[in-house]
Amino acid sequence: MSSLQGGAPVLEVEDLSVTFQRKGEKPTRAVDGVSFSVAPGETVGLVGESGCGKSVTSLAIMGLLPSRGVKVGGSVRLEGEELIGAGSRKLRSLRGAHMAMVFQDPLSSLNPTVQIGTQVTEVLLEHRDMSKAEAAAEAVTLLDRVGIPDPRRRLKEYPHQLSGGMRQRALIAMALACSPRLLIADEPTTALDVTIQAQILELLKELVVDTGTALVMITHDLGVVAGLCDRVHVMYSGKIIETADRHELFARPRQPYTGGLLASVPRLDAGRGTPLTPIRGSARDAIPWAEGCAFAPRCDNAQDDCLTEVSGSVVPLAYDGPGRELRCRHPLEHPTAPSGATALGAPR
Amino acid sequence: MEHVLRFIVRRLLQLIPILLGLSVLLFAWLRALPGGPAQAALGERATPEAIARYNELFGLDEPLIVQYLRFLGRAIRLDFGTSARTGRAVTTEFLERMPGTIELTIFAMIFAIGVGIPLGYLAARRHGSWLDSTSVIGSLLGVAIPVFFLAYLLRLGFAVELGWLPGSGRQDVRMDATRITNFYVLDGLLTREWDAAWDAVLHLVLPAIALGTIPLAIIVRITRASVLDVVNEDYVRTANAKGLATSTVRRRHIIKNALLPVSTTIGLQTGLLLSGAVLTESVFAFGGVGSALYDALFARDFAVLQGFILMLAIVYVLVNLLVDISYGLLDPRVRVR
Repeated sequence: MSSLQGGAPVLEVEDLSVTFQRKGEKPTRAVDGVSFSVAPGETVGLVGESGCGKSVTSLAIMGLLPSRGVKVGGSVRLEGEELIGAGSRKLRSLRGAHMAMVFQDPLSSLNPTVQIGTQVTEVLLEHRDMSKAEAAAEAVTLLDRVGIPDPRRRLKEYPHQLSGGMRQRALIAMALACSPRLLIADEPTTALDVTIQAQILELLKELVVDTGTALVMITHDLGVVAGLCDRVHVMYSGKIIETADRHELFARPRQPYTGGLLASVPRLDAGRGTPLTPIRGSARDAIPWAEGCAFAPRCDNAQDDCLTEVSGSVVPLAYDGPGRELRCRHPLEHPTAPSGATALGAPR
Repeated sequence: MEHVLRFIVRRLLQLIPILLGLSVLLFAWLRALPGGPAQAALGERATPEAIARYNELFGLDEPLIVQYLRFLGRAIRLDFGTSARTGRAVTTEFLERMPGTIELTIFAMIFAIGVGIPLGYLAARRHGSWLDSTSVIGSLLGVAIPVFFLAYLLRLGFAVELGWLPGSGRQDVRMDATRITNFYVLDGLLTREWDAAWDAVLHLVLPAIALGTIPLAIIVRITRASVLDVVNEDYVRTANAKGLATSTVRRRHIIKNALLPVSTTIGLQTGLLLSGAVLTESVFAFGGVGSALYDALFARDFAVLQGFILMLAIVYVLVNLLVDISYGLLDPRVRVR
């Protein structure tokens, strides 16, 4: 994508698992054996429905999960440095400086009683050796860079005085303040109008290209994936079930779940009255992976061996052609090239 | 600024119907009390003739409506007549006693806020620990215990038995202190009579603890609940995602927001204490507004009761006005309205 892309990965996640344990309740495994890596300048999408574990994955990478009642296993390396088990002081020095995050709801993610300027400069003052005046000047530059008009005036304003898009821009400015190597965006456009969504995505894309930041895009929106991501990992019930390049994924989805996600996107070029094709049931119908494929109860392709575990082991994530991985016993077949491509999948 | 001024004027105008209504109720209620001022002043065995003469002397024999209108006419000029008991002007007496009540309220609120906010914060951050359960149970007790009972216990324990602290009055009577403002602590500081100021402070300790217990309990509970809410807010997660120091997250992002509901409570409680310290003040024979009301009630001293209660109502409304204005300073979202 850009000249800065490639090289040693910024982020390597290996066999990451997150288990929530509440007193007197059965532990629930929200993330289970997730592995992926992100190179500089690369944008990787984590895609799935609510509750599939994509947000928990991002919080686990940032070390933002509560310490009580949560068990995190596996390995997360930021530029080679192990984060799982690292001390909280170490993590605080990395967060905001080397890795940053943009959240879903820009209004609730900003402190309502603190001026925007303070919320930007506090990152700079924490991680960079700057005076207050230098930080204020830098904040103006940052707000200007993310496309906030009249930044000097905005510094003095409070979050409720900004529009939704401006708030998200301000949050992005805060995340980028210290030029982090890794940026995680957790559904950054979900709470915004469609036109604003496009602007924010465009902004993120520009910033990644300009700075070579590695971007992890958490989303349930395939439109976002199509517009932004280089590689895509589809998650279901805590596990990655399909990995592919963006074009490959849209052209030839192999997991029936991915196929279902693509088919359920409303299309403008579909004839009037053409019914939408949703995926049956909801994410709550998932069965534990130990009992077969978690998606099997909702899958049209499911066969007997999807539910009863013959070998006694979990359906593996296996090689499925160059750059592709798949966790499925009965994948969708694509005898001829790009047939399942949707309007979204068309290369831009 | 213009907003604020308009707001203040509107609130002050609202005060007029409130005070009118209150004065009617007060007037009617006082006259409905068994036994009149004459009986209280002349004793149980006063002859009907003596009582009639007394009533004539103080204008109590006229129709109620006439009495009320005459009262109202003077009250507009802040003249509430003279006390039947002491023969002094009610307004003068009020201005003499109010500083005591204000001092007591300030000390009680310092105690309640100083202990309540840290305790509530710690209870929330150690949610589920022994400290948390102790403060929850303790605050329940604090709200439930009758103030006069607690006041008696404190006086008995620390003043009578142990003798550590004075148990009555505002200052040692042997202390020949100079009076300027009738705020005894402030007077001591202004006149550099340090021992007088310190003595006044010591006299305030036990009544302030007794009076501050209910606000303390409420502040602990509200702070705890509010901090528990705020730590789960998205913006606290954002602050942590920025890698800010724990102390910055606590001060700027947790406490600043958690104190918004607490500040409302503090304001309301301050207003209540200023007007409602009757029980505590009478246990400690503290010469404030509360004990004056207590004495006036037994003497059926209509002038004092009417005047004091109306002036307390004004104080209460003014304190609430201050609270509302200060709320705008704390929360920028309120300012724009």
